[in-house]
Amino acid sequence: MGAMAEPGRQERPAIEVRGLTKSYGGVHAVRGIDLTVESGQIFALLGPNGAGKTTTVEILEGYRSRDGGTVQVLGYDPGRKPQRLKSRIGIVLQSTGVDRYLTVTETVAMYAGFYPHPRPVDEVIELVGLDAKRNARVLQLSGGQQRRLDVAIALAGNPDLLFLDEPTTGFDPSARHEAWEVIKNLAALGKTVLLTTHYMDEAQYLADQAAVISSGRIVAEGPPATIGNRELARARIRYRLADGATPPADLTAPAGPDGLIELAPEDLTAALHRLTGWALDQHVELTGLEVTRPTLEDVYLELTDSPAAQARAGTKEPVGRSPASRRGWRRS
Amino acid sequence: MAQVMNAAALTLSQVRYVNKAFWRNPASAFFIFAFPLMFLVIFTALLGHGTVRISPTQVVNTSTYYVAAMASFGVISACYTNIAISVSFQRDTGVLKRINGTPLPSSVFLGARMVQALLVAILLVVITAAFGRAAYSASIPTGLTLLRFLVMLLVGAASFCALGFAITAVIPNADAAPAIVNASILPLLFLSGVFIPLGSNAPAWIVWIARIFPVWHFARGMQAGFLGTAFSWTDVLVVAAWGLAGLLLAVRFFSWEPRA
Repeated sequence: MGAMAEPGRQERPAIEVRGLTKSYGGVHAVRGIDLTVESGQIFALLGPNGAGKTTTVEILEGYRSRDGGTVQVLGYDPGRKPQRLKSRIGIVLQSTGVDRYLTVTETVAMYAGFYPHPRPVDEVIELVGLDAKRNARVLQLSGGQQRRLDVAIALAGNPDLLFLDEPTTGFDPSARHEAWEVIKNLAALGKTVLLTTHYMDEAQYLADQAAVISSGRIVAEGPPATIGNRELARARIRYRLADGATPPADLTAPAGPDGLIELAPEDLTAALHRLTGWALDQHVELTGLEVTRPTLEDVYLELTDSPAAQARAGTKEPVGRSPASRRGWRRS
Repeated sequence: MAQVMNAAALTLSQVRYVNKAFWRNPASAFFIFAFPLMFLVIFTALLGHGTVRISPTQVVNTSTYYVAAMASFGVISACYTNIAISVSFQRDTGVLKRINGTPLPSSVFLGARMVQALLVAILLVVITAAFGRAAYSASIPTGLTLLRFLVMLLVGAASFCALGFAITAVIPNADAAPAIVNASILPLLFLSGVFIPLGSNAPAWIVWIARIFPVWHFARGMQAGFLGTAFSWTDVLVVAAWGLAGLLLAVRFFSWEPRA
């Protein structure tokens, strides 16, 4: 994906952060963060509310001052609020408004006018899929359309680096998938994207690289597929058993509330072979049989010490048994 | 030089967008623009037949008095009220924060808002004067009087804009904006003889309040243009001093982010 930018583009990282700290009146929001975002990457910053994501991003954007550490964004120190940096970044904040009485085209054109080398307005509107609404006033747009307008405004100046702070929060599923396509398109244009999110599927689908932030610290970093040693965690076998059948003792467990038996065997291949072999021999149907890897969400819940993770702490289950994981994972 | 030209062009294009948004917003178009004209019609219809003694030696028709007073009210409405309320709203909805993340210089953004407010103010003064001329044969400033009038108008408009920016610092959120703005300006409009002529037997405390704040001085300066009363540079200076104080407070306390 974006990480595979053509050689020569990767002279230096787009963002480099070392030992970043920030407190608000004695509360340590950020406690020493190191981050490197390579140019052309989509980088996801994951973490629960209050973990320090937005503080970190707003320091990088130049909105907040930092207490300590060094920060380089496109080679500039955002703490000095350089005008040149502002003309090369695009920002989608968690919640920002636009004047409600201007049309989509007027709004994008107005913001494009602030930048030295803007993208053509029509092109930007098309890129975010608002062509049909170009003459609609902002107040006539749906929530999802307004969010796309936010992205369009961030793109208007043809930035090299985009900050997207929870770009799809509050979206319905189809709007989210549309937004994801827009963001993927940005990577295809060679943009660097720093994305914060608390949707794991979003990070999984979009990011080349992810970091999990918890209580102001980075607790894991890596590609979404392997972050938090996810690739090493045991996979699970789940199935439902017909009444009266008794599989080999090491291949069964008390059924959960949903009637599913769940295993996390050491040797997955062998266990699956023996289980299905036994079922065929006994003419037993294993309804709902599935094999799943721990999702990014499971890893995330482990790492961020959420209440869900704490609830599971005493059960000695391997990574991958959170109720959340049952929602299924279609995009890995 | 090129930079100045660039900033001027950017300001001008920004004025156009501010202006579009202003006229398309029914609340601003009505409360800011139509109110002073409506008051002019109501006051003159109700009270227009009497006379007002504006100095020991000078008596004018009430209708003419209100033409000058409502022109002042129009400027205050377009500059102070308009800017304070709409900028608070922009701050609270995150428009200002977004603008602040772009390379647009903040002076261009705020300057464009001032220019647009000034244009609305001038339009209101012109309409008021034309109405006064047609309906009540009010005199229209000419010559040197016109020049002095324009100085007062520009100084007043700029000062009330600056005060409008400054007051946003004490407005906690957009919901509170109309209340705080009106609570700060309406009493002064009454105490400064804009809505009701102060006359010669106004209580001393009212006269004192009027003299401290900029509204009375501004209204006197505007009156001089319409009524031929004495023009005093002190009035201009007092209004300018208030404007400068507003500007300094705004520079120090203006916030680009919503108040949490």
